[in-house]
Amino acid sequence: MQQFLVFVRKEFHHVFRDKRTLLILFGLPVMQILLFGFALTTEIRNARILIVDDARDIASQQITQQVAASTYFSLEKNALTHDDLYKAFREGKIKCALIFPPHFNDDLLHFNKAQVQIIADASDPNTAKTLTNYLSAIIGDYQKRLNSTAVLPYRIEPELRMLYNPELNGSLNFIPGVIALVLMIVCTTLTSVSIVREKEMGTMEILLVSPFKPIYVILSKAVPYLALSLLNFILILLLSVYLLGVPIRGNIFLLFGESTLFIISCLSFGLLISGLTNSQQTAMLVSMMGMMLPTILFTGFLFPLENMPVPLQVISNIIPAKWYYIIVKAVMLKGMGFATIWKETLVLIGMTLFLLTISLKRFKIRLA
Amino acid sequence: MRTLKFLLRKEFRQIFRNKSLLPIIFILPMIQLLIMPLAADFDVKNINLSIVDNDHSAYTSRLIAKIGSSGYFHIKGYQSSYKEALRLVEKDRADIILEIPAGFERNLIRESSQKVFLAADAINGIKGSLGSAYLSSVLSDFNDQLRIQWVQPQKFSPQATIDIATVNWFNPLLNYQFFMVPGILVILVTMVGGFIAALNIVKEKEMGTIEQINVTPVKKWQFIAGKLIPFWLIGMFDFTIGLLIARFVYGIIPLGQLGTLYLFLSVYLLALLGFGLLISTYSDNQLQAMFVAFFFIMIFILMSGLFTSVDNMPVWARWLSRMTPVTYFIDVVRMVILKGSGLADIKNQLFIELGFAVVLNGWAILNYRKTS
Repeated sequence: MQQFLVFVRKEFHHVFRDKRTLLILFGLPVMQILLFGFALTTEIRNARILIVDDARDIASQQITQQVAASTYFSLEKNALTHDDLYKAFREGKIKCALIFPPHFNDDLLHFNKAQVQIIADASDPNTAKTLTNYLSAIIGDYQKRLNSTAVLPYRIEPELRMLYNPELNGSLNFIPGVIALVLMIVCTTLTSVSIVREKEMGTMEILLVSPFKPIYVILSKAVPYLALSLLNFILILLLSVYLLGVPIRGNIFLLFGESTLFIISCLSFGLLISGLTNSQQTAMLVSMMGMMLPTILFTGFLFPLENMPVPLQVISNIIPAKWYYIIVKAVMLKGMGFATIWKETLVLIGMTLFLLTISLKRFKIRLA
Repeated sequence: MRTLKFLLRKEFRQIFRNKSLLPIIFILPMIQLLIMPLAADFDVKNINLSIVDNDHSAYTSRLIAKIGSSGYFHIKGYQSSYKEALRLVEKDRADIILEIPAGFERNLIRESSQKVFLAADAINGIKGSLGSAYLSSVLSDFNDQLRIQWVQPQKFSPQATIDIATVNWFNPLLNYQFFMVPGILVILVTMVGGFIAALNIVKEKEMGTIEQINVTPVKKWQFIAGKLIPFWLIGMFDFTIGLLIARFVYGIIPLGQLGTLYLFLSVYLLALLGFGLLISTYSDNQLQAMFVAFFFIMIFILMSGLFTSVDNMPVWARWLSRMTPVTYFIDVVRMVILKGSGLADIKNQLFIELGFAVVLNGWAILNYRKTS
């Protein structure tokens, strides 16, 4: 035990000596929370719109004013010819254009019917769709005001409630994802690299011939990273509660328990990688590509899982982070108890045991 | 020149000898390009719906059939109470609950108006709000159909209506992959170029072999050029493979000229490799280099407008986005491939990228010292 503690202390020295890595380690979650929370939003703001007003009458002016007043759009100067329009799109200067034909207001008054055209830059399809929806809503509002006296018969009135997140806080969805990602970087990548480094440097031999049991050499390497990742986890929780205002609705001990389980599964994976590889570069790249990429792709925090083709959805089930993500979402954001997530927990325990067993089996006390 | 030739030969040998690096350089990008666009589909569809129908009338069954046929919703089940439906939401099986109160059909006809209740899981805000907007629009369509049944439509519309004609340029079918594939092409070149270049010099530092090079008469610029050129070529090669995959798998044919694309790519790769070099001159070991590179490349990719438009960002974030080289390349690739923009349209971006290349490489060369 005494020996074990000495080894753990040695590993802590290694970790604390590398100030830059340590800085990145804690900078990463802070940066991700900041960017995801404040910068990355699919909410449209300041989309550049060009209004081609061939009507120049009261109706077109009023609609233009409405568009200008909305935070979604920022107006671009008038272009006159069709060629200018095309050029502006091609240079990426505008995202959409609203075109009023001549006699717009006259048509509206006399025939009760008038047309406008919206041209959207659909090279970004989602933005194009959303912008078209917003413009249609503005025009629809104007139309409603024109007809404000008439009331339609036989109305179905939908009443809408937003569960768990009534103010539509956009950062809610990704916090569990960031947690999973950061834990994985710390546990899998750092652990595997720090073990392989000893191999690459040749110091592993010295450790293995010492009277200390080989398995403890590995375990002592895991301890500092376990501690670091728990610290990181607390940091993310604090940031999300105090900076982003995302509440923790469920039991915090349950959250910690489940996270420890996930951390152990990441550590076992890191151990497995370190057994399979002999150079730091390979270990890094394997853990990046083998663990990070699937985590980003298949947990559902960035890319919607349900839109993926079925084979990919099946593959996503073998990624531990996916189950952890569901658990964190349920406990932290929905306030569910253990009764709702026992199945996911069981899957995660199974995966952890599986990873741990093969990584310990593959662990060799002799170097090639 | 002769020295450079020998250095290049050494670098290429080291790359091709490294059996673990090869698949990462050549196979990983292909897999990425084949899987990522399939996964990165941000269209809101496949919304799981739970229906609580307390009315069981002819109207509600017509309404439910209409919702089911709209293509956006999977009806996950008919629950007998709101509470039961909420359980499905808690377990993540349903996204939206539609509750139709008892007496829906009767009240609609007698009282001329009737409420229905929607509850959406808003943890994913976009899905919650867009999903319920879709459902509301299906409801209002259904409403219009009913109204026509009961009210004789007049020949002239009694109300002023504005018809909106929408045209989608550059991607009329709103195919999301046309948007994602060019962006992913950039990411793939960035990952391969940025990471591996960052690791390269540090590896020599860590192994101590850099000392051996330092004591030879090899000049600074020769050494750095020897490190840059192989990855520059690999980046070009990967991009070409990516373009071929885009052409034959996704059917994306660049509208603009390939020459424009490659000109920009060559400058971009210079800037990117310069960045990798800069990191490796500052780091002491590979782990450090990789973490620093990962940190910055993560910021670059997130801020580049690959997933979310730069215009939506607050002012400080837009400045940050302008200071990352990836932003301009993603912009240009999309413009050239989808809109057919020419050299004249992208000259600003090209000059900025050139600026990045000069500054980053200059900085890296200045910072690389032969004595430690």
